[in-house]
Amino acid sequence: MKSLAELQAIREKMKDKVVLREDSGDIRVVVGMATCGIAAGARPVLNTFVEEVNNHGLASKVTVSQTGCIGICQFEPVVEVYEAGKEKVTYVRMTAEKAKEVVEKHLKSGKVIAEYTITNDRLIGG
Amino acid sequence: MKELSLNILDVTENSVKAGATLTEILLEETENELTIKIADDGCGMDEETVKSVVDPFYTTRTTRKVGLGVPLLKMAAEQTDGSFSVQSSVKEENHGTVVTAVFNKNHLDFTPLGDVVSTLTTLIQGHPDTDFYFSHKKAGGVVTLDTREIRQVLEGVPLNSYEVIKWIEEYLKEQYSLIV
Repeated sequence: MKSLAELQAIREKMKDKVVLREDSGDIRVVVGMATCGIAAGARPVLNTFVEEVNNHGLASKVTVSQTGCIGICQFEPVVEVYEAGKEKVTYVRMTAEKAKEVVEKHLKSGKVIAEYTITNDRLIGG
Repeated sequence: MKELSLNILDVTENSVKAGATLTEILLEETENELTIKIADDGCGMDEETVKSVVDPFYTTRTTRKVGLGVPLLKMAAEQTDGSFSVQSSVKEENHGTVVTAVFNKNHLDFTPLGDVVSTLTTLIQGHPDTDFYFSHKKAGGVVTLDTREIRQVLEGVPLNSYEVIKWIEEYLKEQYSLIV
């Protein structure tokens, strides 16, 4: 049975890490979690990012967060990747499988998966 | 929405946006009925706004002119011959909103509840600084989670730390396995 004592152990382990984490976050992954995103399947996409970022040991470098409607509901689930000094990358029609790939190729190895992204001119054309 | 748990996730986001410090997600199941109640201590809405939230052409968002979150939950309830209501107060002493949806579980158009655990971990991951109280009462027992208790134990370690989210997930799954 899970107990609060276990949570205390997590706390002790995490205390040092928290300090570390505050001056990190080079890459920010933002998942659209408004009605449109949720209905299109954003929940498993978000949870896969959280899971895989941790599995690949990227937690000190990558933060995963949620936002409201990004404004391109027809392309949901939409995921934006922000990295200092680089142009924002927008992934569209995401799935848990694609999210896994993005973590491996983009977040870990720095290679943007172009076929999953949307370019600005297509955005305007809708 | 494919699962009611997704409607819960969506509508609870409204509570967080309304500045709630505590949002309660209360599920109660009998043989024939499921009641979903989402109660928050957020800023609340005036009477006119309460009427308009069930209107799909009312929304607080700025990117679009439609807001489907509340209407979708209402529809999901009403298509099972259930009921739906929103109560809200902007009074200083008891501000907040309560959304209640009652479902007829045996109706052909009943949407399954789905993965509630995933909805809770998603909410906590996205909003580690607000509190959630969850309870799911079933014939076989009750599953509960109170982030205020967890927060107290954690002494400043963020609730959206991966290890904590994982613990919460396991904690809930274990409770469910004991009552199902």
